[in-house]
Parts: sequence; C-alpha cells; structure tokens
Amino acid sequence: MAEVTQLIHNYLRHDKKFPHLLCPGCGHGIALGSLIRSVHALGIPKDNVALVAGIGCSGRVAVYVDFNTVHAVHGRALTIATGIKMAKPEMNVIVIQGDGDALSIGGNHFIHAARRNIGLTVMVLNNFIYGMTGGQCSSATPLGCWSTTSPYGQMEKSFDFVEMSRAAGANFVARGTVFHVKTLDKLVQQALAHPGFSLVEVLTPCHTQFGRKNKYKTPVDMYNWLKKTAAPLDAYNKLDEAGKAQRIPIGVFVDNDEPALETRYAQVRANLAKG
Amino acid sequence: MTAKRKKTTKEIFALGAEAVVEGALLAGCSFYGGYPITPSSEIMEGMAVRLPRTPDGVFIQMEDEIASLGACIGASLAGRKVLTATSGPGFSLMQELIGYATMIEAPLVLVNVMRGGPSTGLPTSPAQGDVQQARWGTHGDHSIIVLSATDVQDCLHMTVKAFNFAEKYRTPVILLLDEVTAHTREKITLPEPGDLEILYRLQPTMPPEWYKPFEETVRGVPPMPPIGSGYRYHVTGLTHDDHGYPTSKPDEVVAAISRQFRKIDQFFFDIQITEQFMTEDAEVGVVAYGSVARSAHLAVEQAREKGIKAGLIDLKTLFPFPRAAVEGLLRKCRTVIVPEMNMGQMSREVKRVNPGTSTVWTINRIDGNIITPKQILDSIRKG
Repeated sequence: MAEVTQLIHNYLRHDKKFPHLLCPGCGHGIALGSLIRSVHALGIPKDNVALVAGIGCSGRVAVYVDFNTVHAVHGRALTIATGIKMAKPEMNVIVIQGDGDALSIGGNHFIHAARRNIGLTVMVLNNFIYGMTGGQCSSATPLGCWSTTSPYGQMEKSFDFVEMSRAAGANFVARGTVFHVKTLDKLVQQALAHPGFSLVEVLTPCHTQFGRKNKYKTPVDMYNWLKKTAAPLDAYNKLDEAGKAQRIPIGVFVDNDEPALETRYAQVRANLAKG
Repeated sequence: MTAKRKKTTKEIFALGAEAVVEGALLAGCSFYGGYPITPSSEIMEGMAVRLPRTPDGVFIQMEDEIASLGACIGASLAGRKVLTATSGPGFSLMQELIGYATMIEAPLVLVNVMRGGPSTGLPTSPAQGDVQQARWGTHGDHSIIVLSATDVQDCLHMTVKAFNFAEKYRTPVILLLDEVTAHTREKITLPEPGDLEILYRLQPTMPPEWYKPFEETVRGVPPMPPIGSGYRYHVTGLTHDDHGYPTSKPDEVVAAISRQFRKIDQFFFDIQITEQFMTEDAEVGVVAYGSVARSAHLAVEQAREKGIKAGLIDLKTLFPFPRAAVEGLLRKCRTVIVPEMNMGQMSREVKRVNPGTSTVWTINRIDGNIITPKQILDSIRKG
C-alpha cells in the first residue's frame, strides 16, 4: 500500500492546492489512480501524456496530475484531443469524461471519434448522474431512477456506452468498475497500449447525488451494489435472460486491429511525397 | 508582333477563398479543421488538397463547427498554426469555443465568410451582418481581434496579418470576409516567402520548473511552448492564476482578465489598420470595409471628378475599433457616411466616437445585393 501511495505521489502536482474537490467515498480518485498506475506500468514518460478532460467532477481530476493537462469545454474534450493527436501523433492522448459529458452534450463527438478510429484512450467515468451541478439525470441514468430532474423516476432509457462504441466502430471497448481495481488496471493498460480509438467505461459510485436519491445512502452501499451487480463477461454470458437483466457485464467487449486514423493519414502523406 | 511582358513575380488568377489558402500557407499554417458551409467551402477544399502535400500539414474534416474549432484549439496547443473557415450558422456554433480560446489564449485564425442572415438566411448572397457577433458573440468580457479584407489580393495579405496577430498576441483572430470578396476571381501577385514578415509565438527560455504559462509580463503575452516539449502545464477555461490553476480569489481574477485586455489594448498602434483615400481635405467622409469599400472607393473618385471633396477610410481592422483614425475623419467632415450590408452595425461604432462635429449617415442594404458605387455617390452628393 505504501509503495502504491508513493508511486501516485510521484505523479501528482504538489504546487496545486490540495485537498481535491471530490467527495469522500467518490470513485473518481480510484479511476485516476488506475490511470496513473497503468501509465507507469507501460513506462510512458509524463511529457508524452496529454490528458484532456471534460466538464464536471470527472473534468476536475486532470488538474491534480503532472501531465500535459487540458480542462476542456463541456462535451468537447474529444475534439480538442483529436487536434492534439493529429498534430502530434507520437503523444499518448488520454481523455477523461463523465457520462453526461461524453454521451449527452458530447454524444456527436463521441460517435465520430470512434468512427474515425483516432488513437485516443478514453475513460468514461460513469456515475449515472450529473454530480457537480446537483444530481440531475443524464443519458446514463437507468430507467426508473430518481434525480433532481426526474423526481418521479427517469422515463427515458439510458445509453449503453459499450454497445454504442461498438456500433460506432471503436477499436477497443472495455468496461470495468472502481470496485474491481485490479481488473480495471488491466483494462486501462490494454486500452493505452491499443492503437486506434480505445474506450474504457468505468462504473463509479456517486452516493452524494445518485445514491442519496436511490436507496444507496452511503459509499459502502454503493460499492456493495457494484460488487453484486458487475459480472465478468464469461459468467454473464452463461446467465439466463432474467439473470442478465440484473447484472452489468465487465471485461473486454471489442478488440479489433483496424489501423488508426493517424496511421492512415501518415500513409497518404508518404504516398503523396513519393509522387 | 506583341512584346512579351516580362514576368518578374508569380501571378495567379484566384478566388478570394484561394487567396486565403495561399496566405495561410505562406504564414506557416499547418493545420486545418473544418466543416463545409457555403460560401466558405472553397477555403476548406483548397486546404484539403494542399496540406497533405506539405511536410507536416494536417487536414481534418470534423463532424460539425464546434468540433472543427475544438480540433484547431487542440492543434494550436500542440504548437501548430491553425486555420478554420465558416459562415453564419457555423460561426454561431463556434462562439462557445471562441470564448475558450480567448480564455486559454490559444492563437488561431477563423475566417467567417459572411452571408445573409439571420439563421439559414441567404446562403449564396453577401452580407455583413456578423460584425458585432464577431466582437461580442461569445459570453463574458473578452478581448479579440477582428479584421476584414477588401479584394482578393487583400484576402491574402490580411490572412498573413491575421496569423501574425494571433501568434504575436496569443489570441484568436477573426477574419471577416463577405460572399463577394470570397467568390470574386481576379489576378493577384503571390509574394515570395522571404518578402513577408512571418511571426511565431514566443517560446519560453527558462527551465520548465520556472515556467508560468499565464505569467504577468510587460507585453502581457506569456510564452507558449507546444504540448509535449517538456513544459507540462494546465490549461482550463476556468478563471486561472498564473500557473493555469483554477482560482476564484478576486485579486487573481482581476489580474488574469485585465492582462488579457491589456495585451491587446496597449498595442492599438500595431493592430488598428486603416487605409485612407483622399481624406486630407475631405468634407464628406465615407467609412467602409469589405467589398463595400471597393464601391466606396469608386464613389469617392467619381465625387472628386464632380468637384466634391470626398474621402474614404477603409477599415482593415474592425476591432479593436480604429477610433483615432475615424475620429480624425469625423472632426474634419461635415458628413460621414457608413455604407454596410446590414441594418447598421459598424455605424454604431462610428456614432459612438463622434465628438459631435459631424453628422453620421448610414446606407443599409439587406436584400442580398451589393451596395453600388452609385448608391454611395448619391449619398455623397447630398452630404
């Protein structure tokens, strides 16, 4: 444990005013820790990482880490990351977004970044709610759940990030949770090493805004729910329909080997240079 | 036998839009992110052909105008000189990220080829209805540079100017063309690369641990290294301190926003470009910009032939508004005419700086046709 803390400390900005703004019990810090461990494990130098984050609780995590960090505009993180990656293809461009950021306001950019198969690693921290603005429902809030803008229960169906990314053409798609940290570390590492558009959806609890209104009043309730609900893909596939409805599969869903956009672009340029 | 004309410089027969492409490439632009829209698409098509043939040029068509400007901002942070071009509806979509670019001080050039509005309006007709939007379109107090161009040669030169201002002052620069300027085809001279002054953003010379990305400096423009060069810093649209970290401390907020204004305000002498024509002894003045300035030029010539002492100020810089030049004209003329293809946007600025010595008349046209020299001449004769 001490070694892990030591490692994380090496990647934090010590001239930035701590403590951070996340609530006690929030899972975003665990997801960020997983990213730091993965970057370290792959031996990627800090200078080579551009971390672009959106707006919301997930957007604010970028400021604490000692990478090249960009806190973008709501929903537009992927567009800025696209510019960075095309201008400097040798960089590892990582994007952290929340569920509202990635698929509500930024849905169009998300679909097209996946379709383009541009070499970005995207972590969507899905807490099923708009946390920072006070617990309004997002496009990931499950049917029937309560929020400040669905006081009588959510009437709309939620997006499935994994299926959405698969359909749009992402090269690598995985889902993990902040309860299953070792699995998450592996998934993030795989995503970072994978060329093309790589998505890791990270289920993370927000007891402050989501749990409070949905009978998970404490962080422990929420982590227990994650533990109970998440099922490794193999086990999930063996369940019957009724069982599947109760569980959320985690693991790697898509692992393709399409060339990334920046690779195709370099090829076109090389052909033109040859004449 | 006709003597062969000696060709000393490179002449081409080009659209205004093509002149923008030439200007951008001469200025060192190596990134274009855009979305097609009439009447600006020729700029995008030109860049799509040219950029992949340059050593490090990147062209990308994005999913909408918001994404286009986002990609440009990302590339600008990565050290590129970037360009995007759009028109009315796309310009409206870009307003959010224009504000972000002013806040994080990302150099970029945005060409808006103005068409009739509001909304979808008159896509293939000229207008000048986005002038005040270019100044105040994004929310919050901000400084910005807005330029315009009169003819095709001017499109090239003002594009180079726009890149130079963007780099020198770390700011988005908006180049407002109109459909007539962008779609006119005429002969222009391509300058040799060595003939142009090309500026690049200031680079830090201190070691990374001493670098403050938004430091208060005399010029007000802190150095800007590309992402990945060893200077790791934070960029945010939140109001930030000199390290780039979010702050809401009143003294830090005032310092940050004031510097963003000061870096433009203290260089008015450099930024405000106007061309004066026959204004020395003018009694009736005309203030115009874009394609209208061409009509005004002819109208002033014709008025002089008739013995009327007319003069013209052609505004190349629209914002910061060239107050000193216009005020000079207002002081010597009994009437100043402001012809525009809108309901009166720049005339508001002229009226605002009028010291009371002159009567300001407007000529407004919103039917999708150009303002003719005759319209302006008629007004000059009454003035």
